[in-house]
Amino acid sequence: MTYMHDGNFDIGDINKDTYSIKLDEISKIEGAASLEIKVTDGKVEDLKFSISEWKRFYTQAIQGKPVTAIPPLVARICGTCSNAHLLASLEAVENALSIKISDQTLLLRKLIFHGLIIRDHALHLYIFALPDVFKKNSILDFDMNDPVQHEFLDDAFAVKEVGNQLSIVVGGRSVHAPYPTVGGFLKLPKLDEIKNLVTSLKSIRPKVLKLIDLFAHSSFFHEVQAPFVFTSLVSKDFSYLEGTIQTSRGDMINEKEFGNHLNAVVIPYSHARGFSYDGQLMMVGAIARLTLGKQYLNPKTIESVKDLLPFFPTKNLFYNNLAQAIEILHSIDQSIEIIESLQAIQPEAPIKGAMKESTGVGVIEAPRGTLYYKLEIDEKGVVKRGEIVVPTGQNQVIMERAIREIVEELLSKNAVQEKIIYEVEKFIRAFDPCMSCASHFLKVKWK
Amino acid sequence: MAKIRIGWFTFTCCEDSTIVFTELLNKHYKEWFEKFEFVHARILQKDDSKEIQQMDFAFVEGAISSDAQETKLKKIREMSTTLVAIGACAVTGAPSNQRNFFNEMQKKEIRDVLDKFKYKDKVMKLSEVVKVDIAVPGCPMNEQIFLELIKKVINNTTQSS
Repeated sequence: MTYMHDGNFDIGDINKDTYSIKLDEISKIEGAASLEIKVTDGKVEDLKFSISEWKRFYTQAIQGKPVTAIPPLVARICGTCSNAHLLASLEAVENALSIKISDQTLLLRKLIFHGLIIRDHALHLYIFALPDVFKKNSILDFDMNDPVQHEFLDDAFAVKEVGNQLSIVVGGRSVHAPYPTVGGFLKLPKLDEIKNLVTSLKSIRPKVLKLIDLFAHSSFFHEVQAPFVFTSLVSKDFSYLEGTIQTSRGDMINEKEFGNHLNAVVIPYSHARGFSYDGQLMMVGAIARLTLGKQYLNPKTIESVKDLLPFFPTKNLFYNNLAQAIEILHSIDQSIEIIESLQAIQPEAPIKGAMKESTGVGVIEAPRGTLYYKLEIDEKGVVKRGEIVVPTGQNQVIMERAIREIVEELLSKNAVQEKIIYEVEKFIRAFDPCMSCASHFLKVKWK
Repeated sequence: MAKIRIGWFTFTCCEDSTIVFTELLNKHYKEWFEKFEFVHARILQKDDSKEIQQMDFAFVEGAISSDAQETKLKKIREMSTTLVAIGACAVTGAPSNQRNFFNEMQKKEIRDVLDKFKYKDKVMKLSEVVKVDIAVPGCPMNEQIFLELIKKVINNTTQSS
């Protein structure tokens, strides 16, 4: 096979066994990341996977602001999963102010979130990962005369659009949704507009089954050798928004306690901070959710993918792609079920809480994994301190470890540098890292 | 007919306008893929070019945080006939420029990071660095303004060629 020429890397030395590879801006991921590999005498001497986004210091920026102003601000941490930041921070604020949201509010938030999962996973799988499957540079290079490629291109935009519409109808917009607010909704969606979505949700189901089939039969493979633990918020309806934190070593903890188990790992060459779980390598995201909560997928989803569910648990981290594809199907089936059971939208006003000195934690499963918010407020409701831990921070350490394993394996097979770069980029994309999220707010102490 | 050469660039921001752009593709990809050549667009493709290529339109989102970003933006300006600032951070600097307004305590907290990675003292909007021809404001960018702009771009180019 031939490898794509990449003008984005520099190959240092001409000596066959000693060289360095530098990838400045890895393409088709969310945000900017870079990778430096130094090979000496055919062995990896140094490997640095770093996040190269420029920080915007949200942790500092939220200090001194009224707590009710925080959710729309932190939504701006990330354009891709802004509604995840919105809903996680809303939960943290509501917990701080002892607000118990209504069943309707929770249900509508779940719908917004299923919309996010559909459009965000679809962006990743179709636009970022699919070209790797077809050995193309880009979805722009798909051959329109090839019926299979043509159909996948059309599917990409059809599936994304349904998720987009679901977020727009229920949340007001798919990016930085304006309707959800502390205690409820500023504006409630219209029942008939929500009901109208069922037809389009049903129409993309067969397309997603095809996508699942594609990633289930993909030859992409790397089993991580290093010991690690999967962690995820697990809920009975696989809603991404509720439940308890569970791990693949059997822990079950309240989301309020999650922060106590996360240990910051300083990575001096990265703009962002990594994390471990009680000192162990950790992995979050769709692959962790399927491993820990697959029994709670929608029954229709389980029926459609019952032959594939035994693939989880797995150490083949490329199955994160498959797990995401299955989650799209679940979010479609779950949305249809929720919408069909909706009888009316009650004209509820947002519930107001009393300001008090307090701490609130909000944890949800963002598309790429567990997202943790902790807000400390004073008696006037002004934020004293905030802590935000994003999925890509939790995955950063294992991601670098796994890249090293892949490079070492390829070197042992005498792979050429172009092959190494191609394989590593493909692997990083399967992780679906989100650099906007990862880099913009954490306080780092340098030695 | 030659395709319209466009570039899509991201500096310091949350990439919300890029996401809106990829959602607008849902309904417009057939027309846009036919009319546009994506010379630079890291969200869609690997970028083979070491240097910034000549473009008819450069769409730029995000604010400027570092000297390297400033140099790149000037190069984009040089190589583009029309430069379009996309979204609030590019047009106004905010909210990515929030550290410009930090108090002394907040500034002290972030000082080490700024020094270590050589951040600029202040975050700048695009027009503080280069001439901006067209601005599409909004956080994320206003979809209607963007769509009207694209319609004009396609119509004008079709008529003039």
